[in-house]
Amino acid sequence: MKNYFLSVFMLLAGTLSAQPDFQKKLQRQLILSDDGDTIRLAAGTFTLTGTLSLEGKNDITLLGAGTDRTILSFKNQTEGAEGLRVSNGQRILLQDFTVQDAKGDAIKTMNLDGVTFRRVKTEWTGEPKAENGAYGLYPVLCTNVLIEECEAIGASDAGIYVGQSKHIVVRNCRAYRNVAGIEIENSQMADVYDNEATENTGGILVFDLPDLVQKKGGNVRVFRNKIHNNNYPNFAPAGNIVASVPQGTGILILATNDVEIFENEIINNNSLGTGVISYYLTEKPLTDSLYYPYPTRVSIHDNRYQRERVKYQGKGRLGLMFKYKLRFGRKVPDIIFDGILDDKNQGKAPVCVQNNKNASFATLDAANNFKNVSRDASPYNCSLSPLKKTDLTLR
Amino acid sequence: MRSKSYLLLLAVTAWLFAFREAFILSDMPLAPKEMLSEYGFFAGNLSEQLPAAEVLPYKLNTPLFSDYAQKLRFVKFPPGQSAAYNPDEVLDLPVGTVLIKTFYYPKDARDATKGRRLMETRLLLHEAKGWKALEYIWNDEQTDAYLEVAGDSKEVTWVDEQGKRRALTYSIPNLNQCKGCHNQNEQLWPIGPSVRQLNGTLAYADTTENQLLRWQRLGLLTSLPTLDKVPKVPQWDDAKAGTVDERARAWLDINCAHCHSPAGPARSSGMFLHWQETDATRLGVMKAPVAAGRGSGGRQYGIVPGQPDQSILVHRLESTDPGVMMPELGRRTVHAEGVQLVREWIAGLPR
Repeated sequence: MKNYFLSVFMLLAGTLSAQPDFQKKLQRQLILSDDGDTIRLAAGTFTLTGTLSLEGKNDITLLGAGTDRTILSFKNQTEGAEGLRVSNGQRILLQDFTVQDAKGDAIKTMNLDGVTFRRVKTEWTGEPKAENGAYGLYPVLCTNVLIEECEAIGASDAGIYVGQSKHIVVRNCRAYRNVAGIEIENSQMADVYDNEATENTGGILVFDLPDLVQKKGGNVRVFRNKIHNNNYPNFAPAGNIVASVPQGTGILILATNDVEIFENEIINNNSLGTGVISYYLTEKPLTDSLYYPYPTRVSIHDNRYQRERVKYQGKGRLGLMFKYKLRFGRKVPDIIFDGILDDKNQGKAPVCVQNNKNASFATLDAANNFKNVSRDASPYNCSLSPLKKTDLTLR
Repeated sequence: MRSKSYLLLLAVTAWLFAFREAFILSDMPLAPKEMLSEYGFFAGNLSEQLPAAEVLPYKLNTPLFSDYAQKLRFVKFPPGQSAAYNPDEVLDLPVGTVLIKTFYYPKDARDATKGRRLMETRLLLHEAKGWKALEYIWNDEQTDAYLEVAGDSKEVTWVDEQGKRRALTYSIPNLNQCKGCHNQNEQLWPIGPSVRQLNGTLAYADTTENQLLRWQRLGLLTSLPTLDKVPKVPQWDDAKAGTVDERARAWLDINCAHCHSPAGPARSSGMFLHWQETDATRLGVMKAPVAAGRGSGGRQYGIVPGQPDQSILVHRLESTDPGVMMPELGRRTVHAEGVQLVREWIAGLPR
């Protein structure tokens, strides 16, 4: 096998000098790399016009000279739906570089077992806008995902987005000026901790959506994060689920089971400090019979809340709901549960709220046209057993 | 005596070399060649693309759109081997099979005698451990095509069927991009040669004949039922060949389903456009997007029956922005005629 690669490489080396351009050389390296190789990216800003891809390789490291020192700019991209795409492999390490202004997603990794993003930055430069790509760091259908010390800026959907994956750790990252800072969607066994999410429309989202391959998320722990001032006007293109996230959202849990939110600082998110809602609140049609649209076993405990005395800031349907139906004025509750219950599963509180500092509460009774909005948290004063820590198998 | 031992040494060395060659060959039965001509797939002048003996031309009823490039397709079976009929999937072609596809632009689509420009020839080789893709780019002299792993792009001009002069930057994929589409359960896999695509007539050098019957007659296809029992996708642009629904689904099947199917790389979207899909939501009808981003174009659902202008699907087919357009690869221009058919189909879906 080595012979083959060597001979092909020698064969191509002849044309290499005729094609000095960075993109082609790097793409060739990615294609011809052997398992175990480290591919180094020098310091500098490199302009690329098409997606870079790594496919079907194991134990590859793509190593830059540092965040903001090695910059892959896709500002003039004419081809490919993402900046960097890594698919179908094991134990891939992406470290110390920046991906800028991709036309679609910045870094998409798919079907990997073992992927680490370390000190990787994805950003769309300039003012956040709907024309920016959807996701910054975007592992989907992966297992054993570690995202640490990364930065994500300006995504028109989620800065750090983990979808339909299993065994995930997101820590020590910073996400700002995205529609969603960090989003865990239809994913199982996720620990999201010691991150900062600020100036997004919504700080951290935990969503379960219908009609997907991996149906169910769960065992998601969100803890010790600083989630503050996520009041950025929503700039997601309409049609996307995050376009319904109200500006001023700290944490939003949509239809997910087994979620534990604890020891977070949830400060000055002026609409929903923490929201727990059913898929029905999105008012989108639902035909997936295997999908469970209600949040259950959500535990919110030992967080610290604080908010400015301002009105609810979200717009759209939810904004209208607050304005005309709920009429909270400046006393918007920190923790809001939509109160939509599964008739078949009465009895246990789907949400437990306990021992939070400075937290006000409301349940909306949204299924009954908000007839019995209640600020009484005592029916939800319960505790659930702690969720399991996520262990990763990485190299 | 001395010359004898020298000869012996020479013989042993030669034997070792021969053995080593044999060993390498068995490990790599189809080592990539630098030039397309080295394979001997074609007889005579290479640019005429006349298949050698044992190389069989074939066509698909509805092919993938590739920026208006035309395609010549050939298959070479290993001697004495065959594929078994199956009604749904791409034929399971035996190890040793090579699929050969040459992309070209006619100088003038109205007049074949004006000549053509060959762009690239793609090979899919079925080896013991799976399919492998190789990419050969034609030289400007049109004398041969050369192996290239990292892709390229070339300016191309032609005159279309309406006599209009067209120009675009033609993209030649790198080897990873091959697998972007040729991917079933993360294995490299052919897309075209299913019986539903092959079930049609082709003008061979000797006679015009249904392709499946010919393959059967040549011993390349076994267990073929009578043709009336074999599925067939219509030719997408022949109104006599099928209803709008059938032709639009044929077009979506070949242009989208290599990714948008349960074993394809777009399975993460939950939107499936393969020929056999019957579930309206999975087809995208009133289905909210999952990761479309600005690909949504501000529209709410993949397909809104009766409303092509409100359907995300149409928006993405009509875009050439790399962050929006579908398919993601292999086109720089809009397939206006194909999109028109999809529009008609959506307009006619019951609300």
